[in-house]
Amino acid sequence: MSDRPAAIAIEDLVFGYRPGREVLRLDTLTVAAGDRVFLHGPSGSGKTTLLGLIAGVLTPTEGRVRILGQDLATLPSSQRDGYRGTHIGYLFQLFNLIPYLSVTENIALPCRLHAKRRARIGGGLDIASEAERLAVRLELGQFLTTPVTELSVGQQQRVAAARALIGAPELIIADEPTSALDTDLRDRFLELLFECCDEAKATLLFVSHDLALGTRFHRVLSLPTLNTAGGR
Amino acid sequence: MLTLQLALRSLRNRRLTTILTVMSIALSVSLLVGVETVRRGIRESFAGTIRGTDLIVGARGGSQQLLMSSVFGLGAPAGSVEWSTYERWARHPGVAWTIPISLGDSYYGYRVVGTTSAFFEHYHYRNDGNVTAAEGRLFEGERDVVIGIEVAKTRQLSIGSEIVLTHGLRGTGISDHEEHPFTVVGILARTSTPVDRSVFITLEGIEGMHEGMAPESPDGWTQPKFAPLQLPGADGASATPTAPAPPPMPGAAAPEGEGLATSADEHAGHAHKLTAFLLGTKARSASLMLQRQMNTDRVEPLTAILPAVALTELWHSIGYAEDGARIITGAVLIVGLLGMLVALYSTLQERRREMAILRSLGAGPGRIAALLVLESGLLAVVGAFVGLGLVYGLLGVGQGLAERHFGVYIPITPPGSLEWLYLGGVIVAGVLVGLVPAWRAYRNTLQDGLTIRL
Repeated sequence: MSDRPAAIAIEDLVFGYRPGREVLRLDTLTVAAGDRVFLHGPSGSGKTTLLGLIAGVLTPTEGRVRILGQDLATLPSSQRDGYRGTHIGYLFQLFNLIPYLSVTENIALPCRLHAKRRARIGGGLDIASEAERLAVRLELGQFLTTPVTELSVGQQQRVAAARALIGAPELIIADEPTSALDTDLRDRFLELLFECCDEAKATLLFVSHDLALGTRFHRVLSLPTLNTAGGR
Repeated sequence: MLTLQLALRSLRNRRLTTILTVMSIALSVSLLVGVETVRRGIRESFAGTIRGTDLIVGARGGSQQLLMSSVFGLGAPAGSVEWSTYERWARHPGVAWTIPISLGDSYYGYRVVGTTSAFFEHYHYRNDGNVTAAEGRLFEGERDVVIGIEVAKTRQLSIGSEIVLTHGLRGTGISDHEEHPFTVVGILARTSTPVDRSVFITLEGIEGMHEGMAPESPDGWTQPKFAPLQLPGADGASATPTAPAPPPMPGAAAPEGEGLATSADEHAGHAHKLTAFLLGTKARSASLMLQRQMNTDRVEPLTAILPAVALTELWHSIGYAEDGARIITGAVLIVGLLGMLVALYSTLQERRREMAILRSLGAGPGRIAALLVLESGLLAVVGAFVGLGLVYGLLGVGQGLAERHFGVYIPITPPGSLEWLYLGGVIVAGVLVGLVPAWRAYRNTLQDGLTIRL
């Protein structure tokens, strides 16, 4: 593991949407490759901002964010978009799916957008077969042709997980993906997500305000503690 | 390719809005192209109505009035031409042929044309075609009538039918020439010109029909028929075919006709007066000189016109109306495009979520903007072609109607360079309009980042 660059390496990070109004200040945050990290982030702790910086949608005011060894700030914005699409799988809290695409089309999207991610599909499968394989793996076998708008929330989140996993991105960022699920569904979802991340040897950064989930991760970080902006 | 697929799927997802937007663009495109096609069709149809005639000659008056009344059967002629004047010019050494025309009677609203066999010999229309009989034969005797195809169809006439013509250009009943019925001897082949809606008899027929009628009967074009003043037998003497034409004396015969005299005198003494005559020269280059000579005729004030020149003047005079129609159709198109703008723009708010998802998957703001431009482009392309199809569909239905009711033959031709220009313009305009929501989406995308706004 140690020969791989850290999945996330943040140093001396300062970020403010406007000059002089910093909302995030992090001395250091490192997530090793293959790690499974729980980041406790209640609302207002700068969680959205931090995820935007890691995903390369925002650029730091000061300091550096390196993803898999690459400093995102040094890339032009179009390449940052491509880098995110290629190396990061992203899971939202809710409404992850494009309503006018089918289950497998939703899953296949990252591979259709990024050739490098498509190239990483193993086993000689094409995109559609891989999307189908992942759907079955995430227990969505009987919903392949169901319009995504008719899926339950739990099913939708599993489609989103399959989409984050396809093409084996190195880093999976999950932004409260279980907050809309009840306890049983949440546990099953986490189990499946962990299994799949392990199979793909992906690093998982899981953000939630629900500290009870933290016990199931290798590491638990607290954003309110890490973030020293504005004297917090 | 993926962007195109996404655009298509997204449009399909918003089916109703998409269909309505496409229809509004299609309607404006069909209006734009349709007005142009009809405009050109009317021009071609008018221009095709008379071919090979070098001069049209009538009483002194406006050239438009002469053209309209003598060839298109529209409006009233300015006056009449003495038979002697006609004969004098017909014998002119530069004149190859003449077609005398006497108007002023009608048959159920269809114009009666009194002429000679010269009409069928020398009158040419579109593609230099002759007017020929499709059924039966051309007229020979005084009681023979040949009718245009539309007259035959509408009045359900066939060879051998007996018909009674009406004095004046409107209505039937009060001043029918009942004492002088005609027999249909021929039905003319379709020409898609006013000939289809005309009834042709010989000059002798006109004469015979009006024997015993008052020589001056100002049945104004909109006036009630003048029959009550007509005393059968009383004026017979003054209308003998061979008598020289008396000078118009409207006051004598019809007190109410005063002031209408010159223009209402469309009918007086068919025996010795014509409404107009068409003329072909031996050498076309002589037309202009002949026209000048006729316009300065010392015996009778005449107006001679070159059909092509008069048509050009006509287009010039109705050019304002055409420009008006163009401006209106242009405005309709703008409204259609604005409708598309509203339709796309109003979805942006609800689509912010979709944009954030695409962003999280590594689609840049440029790609998201391109998606919206592509959507508006697709709407414009589909709308433009549906509109074009609509034009042809309507033309297919309307062609026959226009021909029957207005005598205007609108040719259905494949889209020409102007149509393609319009279509291209609409598509370019659609893409440009799409830039507005695209720019907005671009801004939203940068602002929202990976935040899903609801």
